[in-house]
Amino acid sequence: MKVRVLILPRRGLLDPEGRAVREMLRDEGFPIKEVKVGKVVELEVEEGADVRLIAEKYLVNPLVEEYVIE
Amino acid sequence: MKFGVCVFPGSNCDYDTYYVIRDLLGQEVRFVDHNTRSLDGFDCVVIPGGFSFGDYLRAGVLASKTPLGHAIVDFAENGRLVLGICNGFQVLTELHLLPGALLRNEGMNFLCRDVYLRVENNSLPFTRSFEKGEVIRLPIAHGEGRYYIEEEELRKMEEGGQVVLRYCDREGNVNPTSNPNGSVGNIAGVCNRSGNVFGLMPHPERACEDLLGYRDGIILWHSLIA
Repeated sequence: MKVRVLILPRRGLLDPEGRAVREMLRDEGFPIKEVKVGKVVELEVEEGADVRLIAEKYLVNPLVEEYVIE
Repeated sequence: MKFGVCVFPGSNCDYDTYYVIRDLLGQEVRFVDHNTRSLDGFDCVVIPGGFSFGDYLRAGVLASKTPLGHAIVDFAENGRLVLGICNGFQVLTELHLLPGALLRNEGMNFLCRDVYLRVENNSLPFTRSFEKGEVIRLPIAHGEGRYYIEEEELRKMEEGGQVVLRYCDREGNVNPTSNPNGSVGNIAGVCNRSGNVFGLMPHPERACEDLLGYRDGIILWHSLIA
């Protein structure tokens, strides 16, 4: 089974990469409110793998990041 | 004193650090491989700068999960001295030996230049040869040095003297202009509550000889053996 962990900078934290992309898109004329740049970790796992534990203990730093498992 | 210099795949300031300890301090020093499980016999362990494991996932996180990472935690919990420089500072936050996290510089650029720093706490084994409030000059070289900690936690750190170094100007003024990377409180270096673990973004090992144009770094190293 394939699982994706989407990791984004935590809400309210400065995301300079997202800001740079937002400014570029605005300069190109798009009506952009906000951009966040994060990363995707794709895991191929066996039945029973604790993806939440993997995410929280290894993939994500909860002090500065938030995540979604899909 | 017996020093260990940690070597992870991607460490690149390990030889500079080794050289300063052996040739300039005249102390016993050994490299410590990332598969090492025990640091018995050492008095101080240094995690040098570089890009351990290519900075994959987050800077310092993969190094923190190695056998050596676990050994550093045991070593620190026994009250031994641990110094993390640049990537070493990032490793120490990922090991939760130091509070906070280090994020991408606010301006997105990799910064390679000199900075002025104000010594806020000179009661540590790492800083006791400095004066409190002294302004020193060291080089920085990092892309992810923006120190972040939540406000409430920062307040506790300030009260406990855990903020050790702040970016400042030549006169010692701490302000947004003297903040190279957007760190909260202009923080460049912090210690743990008991003061035996210290991490900083600037590179004291690169500032130890007149030939290189600096002397302030060697004072930090001298503090350790004073």
